Amino acid sequence: MSAARVPAPRPDARSFGLLSLTVAATLALHATHLPLWLSPPLALLLALRWLGYRRGRRFPALLRYALVLTLPLGVIATYGTLFGRLPGAALAVGLLVLKLTETETRRDVHIAVAFAAFTLMSALLFGQSLLQTLLVCAALAPALATLLALQPSAGATRAILKTAVLRLAAALPVTLLAFVLVPRLASPLWGAPGMQQARTGISASMSPGAIGQLLVDDSPAFRVGFDGPIPPRAQRYFRAVVLWHFDGRTWTSGSAARHLPLEPLQALGPTQRYTISMEATRQTLLPALDMPLQAPAATRFTAARTLLADRPVDHGLRYTVSSATAYRLQPRLGAHERALGLQLPGDDDPRARALALRWRTRYGDNPVAIIDAALHRFHDDGYRYTLTPPPLGRQQVDDFLFDTRAGFCEHYASAFVFLMRAAGIPARVVAGYQGGYANRAADYLLVRQADAHAWAEVWLRGRGWVRVDPTAAVRPDRISLGAIAAAQGAGARWYQAAWLVGLRDRIDVLNRLWDQSVVGFNALRQRGLLTRFGVDPQRWQSVALALGGALAVALAFGLALALREPAGERDALGRAFDRLQRRLTRRDHPRQPGEAPAHYLTRVAADLPAEQAAALRALSTQFVRLRYAFTQPAPRLAVRDWIRRAQELKP
Amino acid sequence: MSLLASLRARLARRHPSLLRQRPREALPIELGQRRIYVVPTAFGIGFGAMLIVMLLGALNYNNNAALLLTCLLGAACAQSMYGAFRALHDLRLEAIRAGHAEAGQMLRVELRFTAPRRTHAGLCLHVDATRHDFSIAADTALSLPINLHTGRRGWLDLPALKLESTWPFGLFRAWSWLRPDVRVLVYPARETAGPPPLGSGAESMPAPRSHELGEDYAGLRAYQPGDSPRRIAWKASARNATLLLRLHEPPDAQALWHLRWNALRGLDPETRIMRLARWVDEAQRGGQRWQLDLPAQSLGPDAGSAHYHACMSALALLP
Repeated sequence: MSAARVPAPRPDARSFGLLSLTVAATLALHATHLPLWLSPPLALLLALRWLGYRRGRRFPALLRYALVLTLPLGVIATYGTLFGRLPGAALAVGLLVLKLTETETRRDVHIAVAFAAFTLMSALLFGQSLLQTLLVCAALAPALATLLALQPSAGATRAILKTAVLRLAAALPVTLLAFVLVPRLASPLWGAPGMQQARTGISASMSPGAIGQLLVDDSPAFRVGFDGPIPPRAQRYFRAVVLWHFDGRTWTSGSAARHLPLEPLQALGPTQRYTISMEATRQTLLPALDMPLQAPAATRFTAARTLLADRPVDHGLRYTVSSATAYRLQPRLGAHERALGLQLPGDDDPRARALALRWRTRYGDNPVAIIDAALHRFHDDGYRYTLTPPPLGRQQVDDFLFDTRAGFCEHYASAFVFLMRAAGIPARVVAGYQGGYANRAADYLLVRQADAHAWAEVWLRGRGWVRVDPTAAVRPDRISLGAIAAAQGAGARWYQAAWLVGLRDRIDVLNRLWDQSVVGFNALRQRGLLTRFGVDPQRWQSVALALGGALAVALAFGLALALREPAGERDALGRAFDRLQRRLTRRDHPRQPGEAPAHYLTRVAADLPAEQAAALRALSTQFVRLRYAFTQPAPRLAVRDWIRRAQELKP
Repeated sequence: MSLLASLRARLARRHPSLLRQRPREALPIELGQRRIYVVPTAFGIGFGAMLIVMLLGALNYNNNAALLLTCLLGAACAQSMYGAFRALHDLRLEAIRAGHAEAGQMLRVELRFTAPRRTHAGLCLHVDATRHDFSIAADTALSLPINLHTGRRGWLDLPALKLESTWPFGLFRAWSWLRPDVRVLVYPARETAGPPPLGSGAESMPAPRSHELGEDYAGLRAYQPGDSPRRIAWKASARNATLLLRLHEPPDAQALWHLRWNALRGLDPETRIMRLARWVDEAQRGGQRWQLDLPAQSLGPDAGSAHYHACMSALALLP
């Protein structure tokens, strides 16, 4: 208790400590993408300022102005601009830490907390995984605790932190309601979000080493839930892009293939129906199990039946497709397609061309024999599977086929298609994903970036395009185990222990739930959900009514909670007495109107056998004592003891 | 101007507790739902603006995690409105105990608050531009001492008390005006210096005796309610199993001071009152017996603190 005439004392060291904690958490959450020259000095400044504040020191104003001027200059020197996601985040975090050098009034602390909340939110622009979001939400607790600590007679620090966490927990229902109901924007109000972000996953071209970078990336690419059982590993080829054009170094889709008509497909067996949940890739390629029958909504087919999204996948995407695992694709090949399927660059790689011609003369017009010859060469002639192949020279295919003989899927696919084309067999490279990991905790397939793969399709008369995976010839376990396991050699490792696998399965289930229910909750899914509750998303009146109604209900509910009377220990005693009274009434000992509790119990005791009468009289005395003998609340232990003894009494 | 006045009048009629014009009410005062008002603070408005910026940013970047965070923060802040309300709701002002003060001095008043149901934290009472911060644990009572400015002698109406709270985050301010129907009596100010009372042994007035509580006493009598506990003879009481009071030697005849209103001619009434107040005070401190004659009443002769307060009250209430 204090009677202060001056309303603006310096915030105490505790609230400043909590504020520093908030800012430290914000800094840590941004540390991964801040420039290296920025985060360590900011952390140091924060620590020094915290120590200085505890000793009651003020920060020199001149130094503060100098730092505030230096910060934007440094950001411009690093990024060339102040605007955009990365420079903006660097500037915001820097200014936030600098704000702590000027916290002389409550108002300063208020501003710092509000700004910290904003900066925390901006950390989510760099990644919205479950873990990241949980960490950011957890950092709100010290922020709110800072505000609590500014209150007069706020209480102990532990109590403050507990209050802050409880307040956040209590806000969860309204949070979810608001999250579902806040109307999503169909198009952004400003900027082109996500443009600067690097594309991830399989891209529309295959240059040397492009897939190799993916193969060490353990992050999820997409998850597949199958309507039926998960197909065996050898069938799990997910096509993302078909590459026709080779310039000697890089495979691309080729501009000429863009105008081909859709290749006709004939299913030869059962079809698989499945739903794919894509992670954000910032591009339009959508993988689909070899070979999709129909393009789902908001996507379209390329000529070679790979799926393209209408808009880049910036925030994850869910789509359902049916695929035939046995099929005949384009049984008749047009002249244009044949020309594309036989395209070779200039006159590079003479040795490979010579090899293909030798096969051609030996096996004649028997493409299957030529394919076998190529696969046998990969299998028997000392080829190695490695994720770190030696560098290749200018004649890439020759160097790989005859000298280094070491590489991974993209080398094999590229060399194989080159050989086929040189031998006169139409062929093309397909890039996508192969394998995936069947989660045992829930029935779905997790495909990581590391499952990226490249293989070949050759056109055979009467059978159409047929998938051939030359990597399987070199390293069959690439197909049966996965890229990294194949590169390292099989064998149980510590991280493959059963419990760890189970734990990782469960965490991945959580991640999947998160991606599906929160990250992927876009305007379309919102519309679907609202329609189910009778809200017409097309009419704004309907949406406004739903939003207003929900708000009113939430307000009324909050008020009801605010007016509710919590059950304290004193009430516990009263309730226990009521229970005892009900039990006695059932035994024909009702309480007379206006009869005092103690008198009532004593009167009933007279009718009971000696032992119980004594117990009841003791209860009566104790009740009066607990009720009236204390100016403070009666000791909890004594109250509990009374309740226990009242329960034990068997009249 | 008249529009504003009529608006204010209407507001005062419909929401008497919004403004200070609430009729005075008897104790205990329980802070019910209808007399607590909640509005956002300046910080609350600023924070709300920042939440809107966060919301627009999250929607624009189509970032659902950021949107969830914004909703969480917004919901927690909106709920803090109830926190401010609950900080005041169900609080009771049980009793008010006033001390004694002379006009011009600070009067110490103790407000006894109780929290029958739960802990109330972050409370702030504004009285006469002074703030008193306090909090009350559940099921306990708290005596909050405040100091009031006293202007003139006589009855002093307790000023309107503003009880407010910005608990928990300082985003919303809940307040309630309390106008307890309590008056406190302010004693008249004493003259700082002046002549001793006539007929008190004139200039040879003995120095005020400071050993009223000394060991020398003439006899004992039974304790009566209202007697000063300091005059209890503990040893004698213990022997007799009943409380006994020391009786001092009766002051000699000269020690009976006769303080008469009518003896102070030629002075204006307030000066007379101030002088009489000083004499009463000196007599009380000197352990004298005195009699106070006022125009309408006569008090005493008697001695002791009860007589002192009776005399001071009579002086305070003189027209």
